[in-house]
Amino acid sequence: MTTLAANLRDRTAIAAWTREHGVYLALLVLVVFNAIATPNFLTVDTVQLLFSQVPPVIIVSLGMALVIGTGGVDLSVGSIMAIASAVLAKFVTGGSPIGVAMLAAVAAGLLVGVFNGLVVAIARVQPIVATLGVLVAGRGIALVITGGALVELFVPVFKDIRLGKFLGIPYVMIVAALLAVAVSFLVRRTAFGYRLLAVGGNRRASVLAGLPVRRTLVVVYAISGTLAAVAGVIATARLRASDPSYIGLLMELTAITAVVVGGTSLTGGRVRILGTVTGAILIQLLETTLVSHNAPDSVARMVEALIIIAAVYIQRPARSSR
Amino acid sequence: MTAPAPATKQPPVAVAADHGGREAARARARALTSLISRNGAVAVLVLVVLLGALLVPSFGKPDNLRNVALAASFIGIIAAGMTFVIICGGIDLSVGSTYALATIISAMYAPRGSFIAVGYALLAAGLVGLIQGLIIARLRLPAFIVTLAGLTGVRGLVYYITNEGNDHPQIEGFRAFETLGTGSLATIGTPVWIMLVVFAIGWWVLNRTPFGQSVQAVGGNQGAAELMGLPVKRTQTIVYVVSGLCAGLSGILTTALSGGGQEARIGDAYELSAIAAVVIGGTLLSGGVGSMVGTLAGVLLLFVIQNLIVQGANLNSYVQQVVSGGFLLVVVILQAVLSRRAGTADT
Repeated sequence: MTTLAANLRDRTAIAAWTREHGVYLALLVLVVFNAIATPNFLTVDTVQLLFSQVPPVIIVSLGMALVIGTGGVDLSVGSIMAIASAVLAKFVTGGSPIGVAMLAAVAAGLLVGVFNGLVVAIARVQPIVATLGVLVAGRGIALVITGGALVELFVPVFKDIRLGKFLGIPYVMIVAALLAVAVSFLVRRTAFGYRLLAVGGNRRASVLAGLPVRRTLVVVYAISGTLAAVAGVIATARLRASDPSYIGLLMELTAITAVVVGGTSLTGGRVRILGTVTGAILIQLLETTLVSHNAPDSVARMVEALIIIAAVYIQRPARSSR
Repeated sequence: MTAPAPATKQPPVAVAADHGGREAARARARALTSLISRNGAVAVLVLVVLLGALLVPSFGKPDNLRNVALAASFIGIIAAGMTFVIICGGIDLSVGSTYALATIISAMYAPRGSFIAVGYALLAAGLVGLIQGLIIARLRLPAFIVTLAGLTGVRGLVYYITNEGNDHPQIEGFRAFETLGTGSLATIGTPVWIMLVVFAIGWWVLNRTPFGQSVQAVGGNQGAAELMGLPVKRTQTIVYVVSGLCAGLSGILTTALSGGGQEARIGDAYELSAIAAVVIGGTLLSGGVGSMVGTLAGVLLLFVIQNLIVQGANLNSYVQQVVSGGFLLVVVILQAVLSRRAGTADT
């Protein structure tokens, strides 16, 4: 009897551990698989390539994690990236210094984020619909700003953003890492972080407890918009052009996947930043792996779908806790 | 989700005699705002069509109206299925991909006869819905994520069976099922009639059958529905099958109308239009409340507005996008504000 009980306890302990750490395990499995099956995988080049591709996904996912932590979702991030890119192009072609152009692009993202927040917090429209409207309208706005065409941008700074490294680590990855640390600090160590989680856990109770629920929501969507705009600037620098019909396309789905795979529940009240970053790296590495093994796009998509289902299945809440 | 409970409405009975008149007026105002927020889409549709006919001469022409209805019928059929899913408290992001799957499969199997082409396409679409429904209902995974995986995975499947998007299967020669798309009755295209039939059946099922009652009960309060002994899991599974079948039917009609040759990326972002139509129609994303008539009005409204932009203002497609998104935002903000006036006190 005791062994059975112990066995059972062990098994639930294992289940609990995989629930908590599934995403790290998955990343480990993928790295080991690549180390064995992909030639030249364990080289500095591979890591540098990954670190230059993944930052926009990480940065957008950080904001998405905060929004999902409040029980919402932000479908507009891809369109915000496009708007930021278009604003950047408008300012650069208008002769503004690159610093001003970048600030304007990020400010545009902040503005759209605040708008999202107001619609969700004050008008109390459900986040999916509110940000769906901005998803549709936002890309249109970006296309209107540039007149629909791809605008090539010749800016020296873009080369630094694309290729610059510090101690072998691409600048953009350092930026992403710093932002991750900042967001993590925000969630864990500040009163704002506690309010955010309280609102996500139980909005009504937060209102009754006298928390500034509306302000918290507006700030969270503003952060998400701002981070998406930063990612839009990086994506533009990598492309060396502003292409509003392409930049950030389907980013909302990738970011939501990264957050959910990373162990943050869609119901809100909980945010896992390290998990989110790992989720973003996992998705990017998965794509790289499939490409390097010549898997056609169709297969890549199907594998991705299976991974998403598997990830949420492993991390589903234990039945007893429901 | 911590949606505000609309059940805390105070009884509309007048409490004291001296407040009677005021209470009654307030109750009347509340009933009016709730009527507007419930049937707002129908009212706005009538208004927009009348204004459009008056202000934009080319809009009111029968030919143009016929085309608007025909264009709307494909998203319309998808939105009918989506209404069931959303009232049941779920969401189906996979419909665009399922639609594409049915489009391609029905064209691929057209040489083997119309019956097989239509049958296989519906079977595939129904299966997609069934698998998602089972995962959502039995494994209790969130619908948003499961159907997000469906969106990605089924699109991958479409690319897989079309040789990475390089094959564009076409219907060669006349096939009986082409009349589904190209035929007309009383000068109105068959797809429009099919859409109307789908909505009529949908209305009847939702409001007049035990299954429809279960859908509303499960969406309103899953726990309570379970305690009442309703078949919660079966209901949840079936709504996704219904949604898959609707998306499949829409895809088949597309192939029937066009004769095949569709790109593998067809139906991209259709889920967004369908969800927008359902929401504009007054169905709440929180589940439990919704109407088929509203969804029909919502779909027509989306397409009428698009058509008016093209006919009247001659705006380019980017501005159209801005107007569509902006329109959706205005509608949902008005709905949210009105329904709060009609319902509970603001928290």
